[in-house]
Amino acid sequence: MGIYLPIAELSVNMLVLLGMGWAVGFLSGMFGVGGGFLITPLLIFYNIPPAIAVATGANQVVASSVSGVLAHLKKGTLDFKLGTVLLLGGIFGSTIGVFVFAFLRELGQLDLVVSLLYVGLLGTVGGLMLAESIRALRRAKGGHVASLRKPGQHNWIHRLPLKMRFRTSKLFVSVIPVLGLGAAIGFLASIMGVGGGFIMVPALIYLLKVPTNVVVGTSLFQIIFVAAYTTIVHAATNQAVDIVLAFLLMIGGVAGAQYGARAGQKLRGEQLRALLALLVLMVAGRLAVDLFVPPASPYSLAIAGGM
Amino acid sequence: MRALLACLAVIVSMAAARAQDGDAPESFQIGLSTNRVAISSDFSGADLTIFGALDNADQLLARQGRYDIIVVLEGPARPIVVRKKTRVLGVWINTQSQSFTSVPVSYSVATTRPLQDVTQPQIYRQLALGSENIFLRAVEEEGQRDPEKVAEFTAALREQKREAGLYNERVGGVQFLSPSLFRATVSLAPNVPVGTHRARAFLFRNGTFVKETSAQLTIVKAGLEQRIYRTAQENGLLFGIFAVFLAVVTGWLGRMIFKRD
Repeated sequence: MGIYLPIAELSVNMLVLLGMGWAVGFLSGMFGVGGGFLITPLLIFYNIPPAIAVATGANQVVASSVSGVLAHLKKGTLDFKLGTVLLLGGIFGSTIGVFVFAFLRELGQLDLVVSLLYVGLLGTVGGLMLAESIRALRRAKGGHVASLRKPGQHNWIHRLPLKMRFRTSKLFVSVIPVLGLGAAIGFLASIMGVGGGFIMVPALIYLLKVPTNVVVGTSLFQIIFVAAYTTIVHAATNQAVDIVLAFLLMIGGVAGAQYGARAGQKLRGEQLRALLALLVLMVAGRLAVDLFVPPASPYSLAIAGGM
Repeated sequence: MRALLACLAVIVSMAAARAQDGDAPESFQIGLSTNRVAISSDFSGADLTIFGALDNADQLLARQGRYDIIVVLEGPARPIVVRKKTRVLGVWINTQSQSFTSVPVSYSVATTRPLQDVTQPQIYRQLALGSENIFLRAVEEEGQRDPEKVAEFTAALREQKREAGLYNERVGGVQFLSPSLFRATVSLAPNVPVGTHRARAFLFRNGTFVKETSAQLTIVKAGLEQRIYRTAQENGLLFGIFAVFLAVVTGWLGRMIFKRD
């Protein structure tokens, strides 16, 4: 079943898009990430122009995050205060990101920067998470209770000033790293078309030592707003949001997310983290291939002074 | 679904009285019943049929099949940048680029016979006919002219357009239905650009170019698609807000419908 996308200006198969949305939604519900880091590369592999894939990906992330947050709201695993502080930083980073995005597109280096960021970040995050979760899995096998939160253990982050108490997360920490993390993720979100969940989740777990069960809901909560903001700014400055494409992905995504969330509950924390790490590494590997393997044709076309 | 966009001919027969005259010039016209083609949501490429009339033709030559017709549907021209990737520190990066001022976005050709059988290459070049011969004007960077680079990028541009299916050729796409009536079928690619397209027909007698005729065709997005596109262009902010609203509602409904806990 073909459908014509009015902004991307090409005809695509509707069922492929619904299936793509479902699969990504399933994984996002399972791991508590928005799924943007999967959907944007998938769209690019499917010949959607990168600029449109990024902006539309952000739009789809809004839908899957709303769907996921509602599930966490019911369980009370959401720290509104922490989410709001992260968000303030996120809005700031995202604004800068959109302008950098437009500038890179003008230079013709957008695809390269997006690919490099993906490979670098996904590779690092995936590698670190995999190593940690394998250690946790080993410990669990040895009969120890796996916990990331060791009482009395503090790192340099906990020595910064301007401390604030986050009750739901059982956290007393400076707002500086929280705002900074939010800003960095907002910046990446607007350049890469991701909500930043795949960075946010490990950062909250490992850097701020937020309990894993609160992390997923809180991360999704702030992703909604960052992705929504990114979508609006991209629509206003780059006219790159294809609403028909986004809607098809959303329908598949919200359905998949609920099934994924149930599947996720059957797995233990460290198993989930190991699987997410493997997934992240796979995406990074696939993108690295494109960067390092000679392309089929070294030439590419673009309409001058626009998309 | 393959929509057949049949454009019926409006054939105006020329005065029959002059037909007896041996060396009267052939008259040659193409007609489109509609000058607007709408792309709707189920569009996945289509064939466009153009009818045409060849009057006052030499009956003997016509019977021997010595008349050839080439029909071209040329898309709107846009400025294009061609970029070339080279390997820098193991990574493939866009390093060189060449701009062109006006490049037809699409170029579909239909012919009665293979191009090389119709006439000589230099005639095609003179007429700038065929995807190999369209004139592509390169933007020259100040102070440095590099004909080799321009030639390389021009060839790459044609090649990329052909690979994307936007520059295509259909041998046998023009058929004579009667000695004076012909039908041309050109392909519209799934990613055919919207805008004003020009249909041009070239008539050849015994390998000599006789004359050219043309007609205009506007390809637009159909109602809803067009409205979406226009809103996105003119009212980006509102469009973005609506996109987010749609996402929130979809997410909420999705949770209600597919709840699994």
